[in-house]
Amino acid sequence: MAVVLSRRRFLKVSGAAAGTAVGGLLGLGIDVRPKQVRAQQLRIQNAQVFPSVCPYCAVGCGTLVHVVDGQIVNIEGNPKSPINMGNLCPKGAATYQLHVNPNRLTKVLHRPPNATQWEVVDLDWAMDRVAELVKKTRDETFVETLPNGKRVMHTTAIFSLGGATIDNEWNHIQQKLMRGLGIVRIENQARI
Amino acid sequence: MGSNMAENHPVAFRWVAQAKLNGATLIHVDPRFTRTSAMADLYVPIRSGTDIAFLGGLISYAIENEKYFKDYVVNYTNAATIINDNFQDTEDLEGVFSGLKEAPQGSEQKYIYDNATWQYKRVEPWDPAKAREEAKKAATFAEMIQRMVPPAAEKDPTLQHPRSVFQIVRRHFSRYTPEMVERITGCPKDVFLKVAETVTANSGRERTTTFVYAMGWTQHTHGVQTIGTTALLQLLLGNMGRPGGGILALRGHATIQGSTDVPTLYHSIHGYMNHPDARKAHDTLADYILTETRPTGYWANFPKFIVSYLKSMYGDAATPENDFGYDWHPKISGDYSHMATMIAMAKGEVKGALIFGQNPATSINGALQRRALMQLDWLVVKDNFETETASFWYASPEVKSGQIKPEDIKTEVFLFPSAQVAETEGTFTNTQRLIQFHEKAADPPGDCRSDAWFTHQLALRLKKLYADSTLPRDEGIKNLFWDFDYDPGTYPTNTRIEGEPDVFKIIREINGYQTGTKELLKSFGDLKDDGSTTCASWIYCGVFPEEGKLLARNREPDPDNKPGTNLGWGYAWPANRRVLYNRASADPDGNPWSERKKYIWWDAGQKKWVGYDVPDFAATKAPDTPAKPGATGLDAHDGKSPFIMMPDGKGWLFVPTGLADGPLPTHYEPMESPVVNLLYPKQQHNPVAKHWQHEENQLAQVGDPNFPIVLTTYRLTEHHLAGAMTRWLPWLAELQPELFIEMSPELAEEKGIKNLDLVKITTKRRSIVAKALVTPRLRPLMIDGKVVHQVGMPWHWGYMGIVTGDIVNDLTAMVGDPNVSIHESKALCCNVEKLQ
Repeated sequence: MAVVLSRRRFLKVSGAAAGTAVGGLLGLGIDVRPKQVRAQQLRIQNAQVFPSVCPYCAVGCGTLVHVVDGQIVNIEGNPKSPINMGNLCPKGAATYQLHVNPNRLTKVLHRPPNATQWEVVDLDWAMDRVAELVKKTRDETFVETLPNGKRVMHTTAIFSLGGATIDNEWNHIQQKLMRGLGIVRIENQARI
Repeated sequence: MGSNMAENHPVAFRWVAQAKLNGATLIHVDPRFTRTSAMADLYVPIRSGTDIAFLGGLISYAIENEKYFKDYVVNYTNAATIINDNFQDTEDLEGVFSGLKEAPQGSEQKYIYDNATWQYKRVEPWDPAKAREEAKKAATFAEMIQRMVPPAAEKDPTLQHPRSVFQIVRRHFSRYTPEMVERITGCPKDVFLKVAETVTANSGRERTTTFVYAMGWTQHTHGVQTIGTTALLQLLLGNMGRPGGGILALRGHATIQGSTDVPTLYHSIHGYMNHPDARKAHDTLADYILTETRPTGYWANFPKFIVSYLKSMYGDAATPENDFGYDWHPKISGDYSHMATMIAMAKGEVKGALIFGQNPATSINGALQRRALMQLDWLVVKDNFETETASFWYASPEVKSGQIKPEDIKTEVFLFPSAQVAETEGTFTNTQRLIQFHEKAADPPGDCRSDAWFTHQLALRLKKLYADSTLPRDEGIKNLFWDFDYDPGTYPTNTRIEGEPDVFKIIREINGYQTGTKELLKSFGDLKDDGSTTCASWIYCGVFPEEGKLLARNREPDPDNKPGTNLGWGYAWPANRRVLYNRASADPDGNPWSERKKYIWWDAGQKKWVGYDVPDFAATKAPDTPAKPGATGLDAHDGKSPFIMMPDGKGWLFVPTGLADGPLPTHYEPMESPVVNLLYPKQQHNPVAKHWQHEENQLAQVGDPNFPIVLTTYRLTEHHLAGAMTRWLPWLAELQPELFIEMSPELAEEKGIKNLDLVKITTKRRSIVAKALVTPRLRPLMIDGKVVHQVGMPWHWGYMGIVTGDIVNDLTAMVGDPNVSIHESKALCCNVEKLQ
C-alpha cells in the first residue's frame, strides 16, 4: 500500500503522537511495529549485545554494539538510555564505520628522521623505542630548580596532547605518568 | 546563544523540541540563521563577538525595570556585600578596572590585574599575610585553616549602599541601554526588547529560563566573561540551582568533561585543584595548602583532597614526614597551554610530543602549528586513521608546494593504531557531568591497542629504565605508585591481547580507598588529611562505593521518565547530583518557590532535605541554622546559603577572586574587529588578553580596510571537529564532501561572487580557497550606521581522508582569553574575493 503524504502533514501527525515516526504512522492508521520488531530480531539474531556510549560529542547517547563471532556487526542507539531513547545523529549512527573500515590503520608506522616514507614496524620495538626517547629527552632537559632557587622538578621539552576523546581511565594514568616523570606540558581539546 | 544545538547536539535538541511541545519559548541569538533558528520562536541576529553587550543589556533591563527576583537576589547572592573602598570600576577608569599594571617582559600579555582592590570590605581590619604567618605555626591542617578565617564581610540587605555589589553592578551596566545594544551588536532595539521582556517574564517563582551555549560563547578573548555575564544574569533572575534553569554548556567531545575533571590539562590536578606552581607561594605542602584553601565553604576540605591525591601518586612512599611526596611532584612555572606550547615548539624548545586523538596540524593558525611540529626530534601519534598531524612531513601544503622537503625534516614520527570505543571498556563523562561506563564488545584488529594499554606499557618500560637510578630527580618516577596489572588469575580469557591494564583498578584509584584496609570509599565525606585515605579525584569519590558496584554502570532509567532526574542511570559527580546548588530551588525557609518548580525542599518532619535529586547541601542542616562566626567549612554558612563551594555560600554577581580580567564582565571588541569599541572608545579589547608574538601570527588593525568582513567558524552535523573521526567514514564523507563559505547575497553581489564559485578567503595570517554558498541565512548587519558583513566557514577539512579541503584554521590567530587561554576563532577579520 502506497501512502502519499506531504512532509508537513507527516510532521504534524508525528508531533501529535509524541513526536516519534512510528507514532506518526500510527496516527495515519499504519502500524509498522511488528516489522520493526522483526527487523530488530533479525539484526540481533545470534548476536551478543554490549551497552556502549557514542564516542563523538558530549551528549553521551547510549548505544548498543552487536557482535557475532567476535566481530562487530552493528551499532545503534540504546532505546533504554534516558538521554537519547534510541536516537542517534548521523555521526553516532556511523559509529560502526569508525570500527569496521578498510581505511583503518592496523599496523604501527614509523618514519625515521629525514625519511621520505613510512615503514611498518613491530609494536614491541616501537614501544621500547618511544620509552627510550622519552627517557633521553627527559634526562637531557630536566630542571630541578629555577635560577631563582624555586624547586620545579620538571621538563618543559615534552608535550602530551589529547584526552577528550579517550576514556577517563586513560586520562588518569596518562596524567599520572606524565606528572610522575615531571612532564608539565599536558593539554587536551578542552583548552581549545 | 553561541550554539547551534539543532545541528551540533541534535539528540539533546530533541528535549528542546519536546519542551516546545510543552509550551516553552525558544529564542536563538546567533550571527547565523541555522536549523536551530528555524526551530525557534524568535531568531535574533547579532554580530559575532558581541554577546556580552547583548547580555549586559538584559542585566541592565532587569535591574532598571525591577524585574529581577528580589528574594533570591537578597538571600542567595552577594548583592548585599560591600566592596573595598579602593575599588574602581570601568565606569571610573574608561574601560578598565583598578589594579591594572604592566605585565612582566616577554609575556604574551601587555597588562595584568592585581585584584587587591576587588575584595570584600571586612567588618574589622584583617591582614592576610599576618594570618598566614600565624597559620604556619599550627600543628594540624585543620588548625591552620582555622587561623585563616577572615572576619565577616560588611553587608547592606537593603541593597542601597553605594558600594554594595548590587549598586556597583547597576552602575556598571547602566551604559548597556537597548540603543547601545543595537549600535554594538546590530540587533534591532525592538527585537532586543522582545527578548528582554520574554526572558524576565519567564523567570521568578513560577517559571525558569535556561541559557544554552557552546563554542560561540567560549572561543573569544573574553570567553570566560561571557559565561560570567550569563551567570550574573541568571542569579539576578533567580534561575540558578532550579529545574529548567541554569547555564548549560554543550561540550564537543565524548569525555571532554572527564578530561577536564581528570585533567590532562597543564594548569590543574584532579578535581579542580590548581597545579603546584613555582610562581605562587607553593614552596612546601603547607604553603600550597595555605595558598589554595578557602577556609570557609566546602573547599575548606582542600587539605584532605590534596593529601589523598598525593597518596594516589606515591602510595606508601608518601608519608607525613616527607610531605606526602609533595617535593617529587613537578611544579609549573609558566603558561604551558596548547598555543603557548606550539609557539615554544616552533622556537625549538619542545623536543618530543605524544599526541592521542587530537590533530594540531589543523588547529589554530595551522600553518604555524605544522611549522612547530617540524622542529620536534620525535613525535608519537596514536589514532584510528592517518591524521594530518601524523603525515605533516610529506602531505602538508608546505611540503606539497615544495617549500619544504621531507629530507629536511628531522622529526622521527611514530603512528600507533588505536582501539575504538566498542573495543575497550571504560568511562566517559558527558556534558552534564554524567559518568557512563561502556563495555568492551570485541578485540580491536591487528596491532590496534587501547590508549590505556599504550600508557600502561610505556609506564612499565620507564619504571624499569629508572629502577636502578639513584638520582634525586628520579625519585618521583621511582616512587610513582603503578599497580594497574590484573591480579594473577583475573586476566580476561576472551581476548588475544596481552598487557592491558585492569580498568577497574584505575577506577578504584580515582574513586579512592582506605589506605590501610584497601576498602573503597563511599563518599568524599570520608576523606582524611593524614594519609589514611588514598583518592586521586575527590569529585569522583563515590562512583565506585563497593566492589562489584560501579555506579557509572547503572542502567536503570526512571519509569516513563518520571521524575526525570534518572538517578539510576550512570552517576553524575559530585555525589550523583544532577542539578548543582539545588538548595536554591527552595526558598530561604526551605519551601519550594512554587509548586510548579518544586525540586528539593526541607522536610520538617524528617528533619532533612528531600526531593527529586540528591540535595546539594548538608543533608540535615535546617534552613534556620545560623552561621557560626569564625568557623571553617560549611559551619561558616547559615541554612540559607545554597552555594556551598563559595566562601560566603552566595552566588557571586561580583567576583573578587578567580578571574584574571575583572570582577565584572565588560564588552570589549574581539582582537580583530571592523569597528571601534562603542562602549569604551579608549579600550578596544580585553586589556589583559593574550597574543603570542610570532611573525606568522599577526593581527589586522581595527577597521583595516583590507580585512573588512567578520569571519566566524562553525561545525556541521555530519563531521566532528577537524574530521579525523568522520572524513574517513564513507557514510559521513558522502554527506558533507566539501568545504564551503556561507555569505549573504548582498556581499556576494558586492564582490561579484555567484553560488558555487571558488572564493579566496584571506586573513592577516594566510589565504585559503572554498566554494561559495550564497544564502540569506547570513545577513549584513548595521553597526552604528555602518554595514558590516559576516561570513561563516565550517572547519572540518584537511589534507588527509576520503574527502579533503583547505584548513580553515590556517586563517585563525593565536590569541587567547587571559583566564583559560582559549583562542578567538569565532570572530576574525577577513576579505573574500572571487578566485580568478
